[in-house]
Amino acid sequence: MKITVAGVSKEVAEGLTVAQLVIDENVEMPQYVTVTVNDDFVEHDSFEGTVLKEGDSVEFLYFMGGGAV
Amino acid sequence: MAFTNEQIERYSRHIILKEVGAKGQKKLLNAKVLIIGAGGLGAPTAMYLAAAGVGTIGIADADEVDLSNLQRQIIHQTADVGKPKVLSAKETMEAMNPDVKVIPYHEFITSENILDIIKDYDFIIDGTDNFPAKFLINDACVMAGKPFSHAGIIRFQGQLMTYVPGQGPCYRCVFKEPPPKDAVPTCKQAGVIGAMGGVIGSLQAMEAVKYILGVGDLLTGYLLTYDALKMQFRKVKLPSDTHGCAVCGDHPTITKLIDYEQAECDGVGL
Repeated sequence: MKITVAGVSKEVAEGLTVAQLVIDENVEMPQYVTVTVNDDFVEHDSFEGTVLKEGDSVEFLYFMGGGAV
Repeated sequence: MAFTNEQIERYSRHIILKEVGAKGQKKLLNAKVLIIGAGGLGAPTAMYLAAAGVGTIGIADADEVDLSNLQRQIIHQTADVGKPKVLSAKETMEAMNPDVKVIPYHEFITSENILDIIKDYDFIIDGTDNFPAKFLINDACVMAGKPFSHAGIIRFQGQLMTYVPGQGPCYRCVFKEPPPKDAVPTCKQAGVIGAMGGVIGSLQAMEAVKYILGVGDLLTGYLLTYDALKMQFRKVKLPSDTHGCAVCGDHPTITKLIDYEQAECDGVGL
């Protein structure tokens, strides 16, 4: 099936979960990433249980706050 | 308030724009913007807002200018090393434009003082370098009903979003809690390309100007991300359901400001 990850269309296996996608996409520091699927936030404790569907759009939002003094 | 001849000339490229005009320029001259952090983001933001004739600019930073700041914090000069950043920033802005009144706050922004400081301003710029400050600014702006621009930069990447009360998610809708101290690398640890502050800080100034003028679409409900190596901007739509947010939601659980533990860094400005 086709999904969109960070704006890029991808072919992925049926039944792919958000948890597996986070691994497949090599998300940096996955414990601090914010994930949205379509128009919803996906809580971290729902990564395993959230199965992606054809046409879903997934975004990874990262903390960016810096520290250069 | 009538323009002087000098003002008509100074702001002529604004006044000629149909979205600004004499009316819009007056709005800018009457506006009050607070910039928290006089560093990599705050420097270009402050300079563009001063040049634009934003009449009152508050600038808050507890830090002094360090030689390692000058690679990106273009509001400070080599001769300013050791000087409080807010004073150096004030001198630069006032030299650029005598129409601007600059109010320096040479102190850390805390849960004790932030509401009192932001109350006089129309728009707030988050130009801070650490998550405790970012969450504090977000929560205070939500509680006080103030619009603000969030931004963050690191390495070759930047992001920003705009919060306007009632018009979309706040920073805490997206990022629930600050990461643990030192969990996410700081610019000091990871580095940041100097021009990144110029790109993202200028966009923050743009959001402030558009908000004051009441023109165009603000970055409410979106996170704009910038990857300089790929030379790619992305405007990522954020979920619109904010009802469950701990601070801006229907039943907030955060009703008092929180001073989170400061990550390892020596000051406020990126």
